[in-house]
Amino acid sequence: MSVLLAAADLVAQLPAQDPPPVPPVTPPVVDTVTTGEAVVFWILGPLALAGGLGMIFSRNAVHSALWLVLSMLCLGMLYLTQQAPFLGFVQIIVYTGAIMMLFLFVLMMVGRDSSDSVVEVLRGQRLAGAVLGIGFAGLVIATVARALTDVDARGLAAVNDSEGGNIGQIGRELFTTYLFPFELTSALLIVAAVGAMVMAFTERGPGARRSQRDLVEARFRGEYERPSPLPGPGVFATANSVATPALLPDGSVAPESVSELIAPRERSTLTGDEDAVAGRLPTPGARALAPHTDAAGTDADAAADADTAVLTENPAAEPAADADTTAVTTVTGDTAADEPTTVIHADDTDATEAEGKNR
Amino acid sequence: MLTLAQEAAQEAGPVVGAASGLASMAWLLVALPAFGALVLLVGGRRTNAWGHWLGCATVLAAFGYGLALFFDTAGLPAEERTRELDLFSWIGVGSLQIDFGMRLDTLSMVFVLLITGVGGLIHVYASGYLADDPNRRRFFGYFNLFVAAMLILVLGDNFVTLYLGWEGVGLASYLLIGWYQDRPYAATAAKKAFIMNRVGDVGLALAIFLLWRELGTLDYTEVFARVGELSGPTITAIAVLLLLGACGKSGQFPLQSWLPDAMAGPTPVSALIHAATMVTAGVYLIARCSPLYNLTADGRLVVMAVGAVTLLIGCVIGCAYDDFKKVLAYSTVSQIGYMFLAVGLGPFGYALGIFHLLTHGFFKAGLFLGAGSVMHGMNDEGDIRRMGGLRKHMPITFVTFTIGYLALIGFPFLSGYYSKDAIIEAAFGEPGWRGWVFGGAALLGAGLTAFYMTRLFLLVFFGEERWKTLESEDGRAYRPHESPLVMTVPMIVIAIGSAAAGFFLYSGERLVGWLEPNVGALQEHDHGVLPHTAVLALTMGLIALGVLVAWLLFGRGEQPVARPARVSLPVRAARADLYANAVNEWIIERPGIWLTRLAVFLDNKGVDGVVNGTAALLGGTSGRLRRLQTGFVRSYALGMLGGGVLVIAALLVVRYS
Amino acid sequence: MTPSYYLLLSALLFAIGAVGVLVRRNAIVVFMCVELMLNAVNLTLVTFSRINGDLDGQIMAFFVMVVAAAEVVVGLAIIMSIFKTRRSASVDDANLLKY
Repeated sequence: MSVLLAAADLVAQLPAQDPPPVPPVTPPVVDTVTTGEAVVFWILGPLALAGGLGMIFSRNAVHSALWLVLSMLCLGMLYLTQQAPFLGFVQIIVYTGAIMMLFLFVLMMVGRDSSDSVVEVLRGQRLAGAVLGIGFAGLVIATVARALTDVDARGLAAVNDSEGGNIGQIGRELFTTYLFPFELTSALLIVAAVGAMVMAFTERGPGARRSQRDLVEARFRGEYERPSPLPGPGVFATANSVATPALLPDGSVAPESVSELIAPRERSTLTGDEDAVAGRLPTPGARALAPHTDAAGTDADAAADADTAVLTENPAAEPAADADTTAVTTVTGDTAADEPTTVIHADDTDATEAEGKNR
Repeated sequence: MLTLAQEAAQEAGPVVGAASGLASMAWLLVALPAFGALVLLVGGRRTNAWGHWLGCATVLAAFGYGLALFFDTAGLPAEERTRELDLFSWIGVGSLQIDFGMRLDTLSMVFVLLITGVGGLIHVYASGYLADDPNRRRFFGYFNLFVAAMLILVLGDNFVTLYLGWEGVGLASYLLIGWYQDRPYAATAAKKAFIMNRVGDVGLALAIFLLWRELGTLDYTEVFARVGELSGPTITAIAVLLLLGACGKSGQFPLQSWLPDAMAGPTPVSALIHAATMVTAGVYLIARCSPLYNLTADGRLVVMAVGAVTLLIGCVIGCAYDDFKKVLAYSTVSQIGYMFLAVGLGPFGYALGIFHLLTHGFFKAGLFLGAGSVMHGMNDEGDIRRMGGLRKHMPITFVTFTIGYLALIGFPFLSGYYSKDAIIEAAFGEPGWRGWVFGGAALLGAGLTAFYMTRLFLLVFFGEERWKTLESEDGRAYRPHESPLVMTVPMIVIAIGSAAAGFFLYSGERLVGWLEPNVGALQEHDHGVLPHTAVLALTMGLIALGVLVAWLLFGRGEQPVARPARVSLPVRAARADLYANAVNEWIIERPGIWLTRLAVFLDNKGVDGVVNGTAALLGGTSGRLRRLQTGFVRSYALGMLGGGVLVIAALLVVRYS
Repeated sequence: MTPSYYLLLSALLFAIGAVGVLVRRNAIVVFMCVELMLNAVNLTLVTFSRINGDLDGQIMAFFVMVVAAAEVVVGLAIIMSIFKTRRSASVDDANLLKY
């Protein structure tokens, strides 16, 4: 809305037909865009746009966040080129650094299950949104182009070169002219912090909190699924990701060792490690770390074993893989898509259980 | 105001003095019966034992006071007999100031005596007639209410007070016609009377509105003093509207059809309200407004025409009916027609109309009381074809009825002779065609009256005792017997009045002279279309002819108990009330029903359609618009962005167009 | 070339963010789109600051950042709390408040 208001102000204040007669005593300082700045702009501007578009079009929320980080970084750089060094660094440090990390934290807690599905439930929403967005951009661009064609920038060189520089001047303004709004922001921030705490707080009744002893006893009474904690993720020489499953002594995968919220996408890359632990590799070789995409009999069997182990609770129940499972595995491994269908399926089955394991 | 009134009175009309002395208590006249009505209607069952005596006592006390007041007034010089008694300020709205006052003049005194005198006698009679009715006390409450309202009507000193009494008697009449609540036809008759009276009341109310608009006052004194200021058409309009009111109340053409149906009430009601007093209120109204009618010949002509038409209608229908009270009712319609004819004659007839009103009040009340006595003794049977030869069983009733009957047909030297013949003569006194038409109508009416009354008389009291072989509807055998003393005594008194009132009022022009201060001196035509003696001879001859024909037809031989079915066309028409009800039905009721149906249709389809359509439109639209609230935040965001685009576009258009 | 190009870039970014709000269903991504819109506005403010030759625009952008931070904190808390109760972060699933 603020842009709307700004545009309205523009339209209202800057008549296109006859520019307001400014009677400057001294000839105005004209701040032209230097060639270097133009080069920077033409590099960073498209990058920022690409970041925005990437944010919209990537279906994975984490990717969206990363695209947005790109866009914000570009904007921060543009601030710097526009003689706003303070804002530029605040943009990079606070916005890109803090706020976007907050986003990522929340994404981590909420999980990736909420990524968009392909089907749009609101009929015509995408088309109408696109048309309106393009129309909006066109209108604003037309307005700006029409209103500011002949306007020269005065530039901030004089201000930034005065006492204290850019930061000093901003501080002076903040604590003099804008003191009251500044104080208001403090109230706003504290209210926001308290509000966030209130909303994120989970109420527990008195006495509901169990001691460790109580928990252990309850586990052994069978109130929980298993008496022991979940196993931690596996640690290999090739990977230390939490998405790496732990291996049981027999070389099979411990399915509980990987959070169901995390895509076990790297599983296929660990087949060699699994085989090595299990002692199934005839000879250790460099190819042990390569994906087993060829249709070699033993390799395919091993891969099938490993993959089905993820999907089934008891790997021993299916020692031999059939053709279908192999096909699925092949697809999963080959496409390296963002979201294998199996994972989506697993996520949808029981989020409660997943959370229970997370905890 | 007083000086204004006095000035006006000096120009036209009597001097109006303030009531003092005995006359200052004149409010008692209204207060006594009103008190009786209040006690009897509010008191409830506790007053059952003595209620009827209280009812009689209040009216008789009022009669006593009225008599004293009459003599008090008679003791004054003629020009001082008009007095007014201001009681209290009644309605005060802006320039409309109406005082509740009483006008005690010669005209109202006559009415006071008639109402309280005859009314008192009928009260006494009713206490015997309704002895078996468990609700007798309530009946007397209504009866007293009627007397009080009627006295307000005749005593009021302005048109609004008159209207109050007018509606009061209408209410009492409605209540009493529908006295037998368990009989559907009585309830219907009551409603019919009420509605047709309302039709007339509209006319009266409009006349009052017109008077108020034109003169700004409604006091009789001022209105009559300033009536000359009105334009001719206005006076005629007021006269005709007043006549409409009078027609409604008096059962005159074209509003006559309610009066015969009103006989559904008990006989004392018919005697008092629908024969002697209330139905003559129309005559009173026109006589009271004589200063106004004097100024409009057209208005008087309409009054005369109404009277003549009505008296013929009443006579013709009366010839065909077999119901005792309905014959008398049509006789009443016809006699009031005579009165209208008389007052329509203007200065030639006001006094005659009042004269006939008084004598009619006596003999018609007597006839009704006789009818009530006969029906009382005949198991409430009303069909005269089932009677016959009753003179031996009810001698007192027979004698009193005979006197009333002779008085009504105008037998020489009985009261009808003086009053009715005078009207016929005065009608013939009109110049030109009017004399012939109205005189002829009155003359014909006299002959027809003689015919139908003789028929009635013969069928009831002479001939075979046809009731001997019959049973009444409730299966009892007829045992005719004379009525108790409490009923016969009033009949005797009234019979004496019927016989003597005519001569008493006529001799020395007593009544005419008495009324002169208020309705003007009675003028007589010098050159009528027929000489007086010729009129008298013709009248007597026609009456004799009517009696003779009736005797030839009904006095001899056997009369069929069943009503002859095959009769000539005129009789059939008369039996159908000359199609008055059918005409009303066709002209008023059917179009009214159609109009109502149309209104209902328009209301259902039009008004309701618009209302419901609006509601349905709004409901449907909002029901569809509601779907916009999908709950999807993104839809709302789309709307917001669309709005923003529109705002920017609008700004661009405004700025750069 | 004048600084107006920055404004055009800003308009495009804003439009992209708006479209993202419209088409994305993941509440967190929607929030990111809102952030992009706010950043576009900030770019505008900075550009105007440069054009006008004073620091008001930059200070305004500073305030926008503060407000955005507060908004993000509260908004993400709301998303968390909705996710805790509904097991979903899709804005389309929170559609009970309707006709």
